[in-house]
Amino acid sequence: MLRAHEITVRYGRRTVLDRVSFDLPPGQVVGLGGPSGCGKSTLARVLAMMLRPAGGALSVDGAQVRGWRQRAPRELRTRVALLYQQPRLAVDPKLRLREIIAEPLAAMGRPDESRVGALAAEVGLTGDLLTRRPHEVSDGQLQRACLARALTLDPGYLICDEMTTMLDASTQAYLVAVVNAYRDRTGAGVLAISHDEVLLDRWADTRAELTGAGSPPGMPSPSPAPL
Amino acid sequence: MKLDVSGLSVRFRVPGAVVRAVTEASFQVRPGRCLALVGESGCGKSVLAHALLGLLPANATITGSARLHAGDEPLDLLSATPAVLAKRVRGRMIGLIPQSPATHLTPVRTARAQLAEACGELGSRHTPDELAERFGLRAGDLDRYPHELSGGMAQRVANAIALAGDPGLLLADEPTTGLDRPLVERAMDVLRELCDEGRAVLLITHDLRAAERVADDIAVMYASRLVETGPAGQILERPRHPYTAGLVDAQPDRAFVPIPGLPPELTALPDGCAFAPRCPRAADACRTVPAMEDGVACWRAGHVARA
Ligand SMILES: Nc1ncnc2c1ncn2[C@@H]1O[C@H](COP(=O)(O)OP(=O)(O)O)[C@@H](O)[C@H]1O
Ligand code: SF4
Ligand SMILES: [Mg+2]
Repeated sequence: MLRAHEITVRYGRRTVLDRVSFDLPPGQVVGLGGPSGCGKSTLARVLAMMLRPAGGALSVDGAQVRGWRQRAPRELRTRVALLYQQPRLAVDPKLRLREIIAEPLAAMGRPDESRVGALAAEVGLTGDLLTRRPHEVSDGQLQRACLARALTLDPGYLICDEMTTMLDASTQAYLVAVVNAYRDRTGAGVLAISHDEVLLDRWADTRAELTGAGSPPGMPSPSPAPL
Repeated sequence: MKLDVSGLSVRFRVPGAVVRAVTEASFQVRPGRCLALVGESGCGKSVLAHALLGLLPANATITGSARLHAGDEPLDLLSATPAVLAKRVRGRMIGLIPQSPATHLTPVRTARAQLAEACGELGSRHTPDELAERFGLRAGDLDRYPHELSGGMAQRVANAIALAGDPGLLLADEPTTGLDRPLVERAMDVLRELCDEGRAVLLITHDLRAAERVADDIAVMYASRLVETGPAGQILERPRHPYTAGLVDAQPDRAFVPIPGLPPELTALPDGCAFAPRCPRAADACRTVPAMEDGVACWRAGHVARA
């Protein structure tokens, strides 16, 4: 279980998460919806140990997280993988796709070409594309590489933060199928964050709500006045 | 204002290769109607839009015609001089709603300053405050800097700027990127209203559901070519091209099944139908490029009876 207990996060004076508790059990796809700005991505970054909360506790399969970001112990950090909406912001533009997928293994000091090849095939990336750099491929192709990278170290928990929002329906269906197959094979827990209710209805086994005192209300959308 | 695009092709010279970004596209955008151009990322949608605005870089070669019927004389956008495009076309005849409104705005100036500048340059009939109100912004919002605006508000500022010169044709390139679903729907509804006021609207999007909400007609693009065009309801309910059928089926409220494989590289398009390697209906005939006929470019489309 990936367990967040009474997490509080503030940006300046603004409280974005106010004592929010959330459990991600293994083997399930938990859908998290809600308007933009309600703290979904902030929670995602706390769960992935990339953001230190002002208060609260995070544990991974019973182990308390005591360091954050680079200070998080590697064996905990690699248990949780995070995918973002915009793959271009999540990769080093100088690396080839093959190197992007290989990054986690390289960082562990155990490069493994055949594993990289197998992951690339799993996300539908073939030969020539693997030698390209990010600016030479489409968003969909780059997100495929990011998903392969996220799965490289067999995370027990996968957090998909608007993973397919920028992508066409076919690429979305493909990536979701890859994530589901990974879940079926490994029993990983998946947090599917999206503002697309239709997608969550189809994808998630269960749904979670973010309720906390700090959640801002939805933006008003006044109707346009005639000129 | 009516736009009549015929045989539009765009190629880019890059080291060691030619990118065929748009191939023989023909379509019309009419007053009071919204045409949605849909297709996956990299298929050539933005290049097509930029060609219409004269915003392509120097390594591009453009052929075909894109006639804008505004006054008595139609104006061919593809052969117009840069000066004509800058002084008469962009902002005055064609308004561009940019792909990412937030990054399109200048970070160091307030929304009001940027809107006022657009109004001044384009000789707008409206004040910044009138335009702001039109798009659901409060006067106070205009005094903010871009980084202080939410995605939805930045979108509204971009809309207001695009409309400052009262253009008859609106071009919206992925205007909903990064917006959540309620804001997507609201942005689409605003486009629809602008269209209902008599403007012609060309919406470019990868989001079929957004297209469905606003478009009268849909044109489906695959690997640089339009492969199917027609009324939105027909395209989404009775797609005839196998690629369109695959896209429609991939939606989460349909079969949610992806189209197998990846689109071809635009530097190495296969001979014949570019969809053939992924197409469940491919046959020998598909080794020749299918012409667009009766709204579909496929040798084996289940043709419906001609009206
Ligand atoms: N200046 C350029 N030089 C070379 N290739 C380009 C240039 N601009 C765009 N392209 C290529 O043209 C193709 C179509 O791109 P684009 O129109 O942006 O796709 P879409 O908008 O459908 O996502 C892509 O393969 C892209 O890499
Ligand atoms: S022309 Fe042939 S390969 Fe192309 S879409 Fe039609 S059936 Fe498929
Ligand atoms: Mg584009």
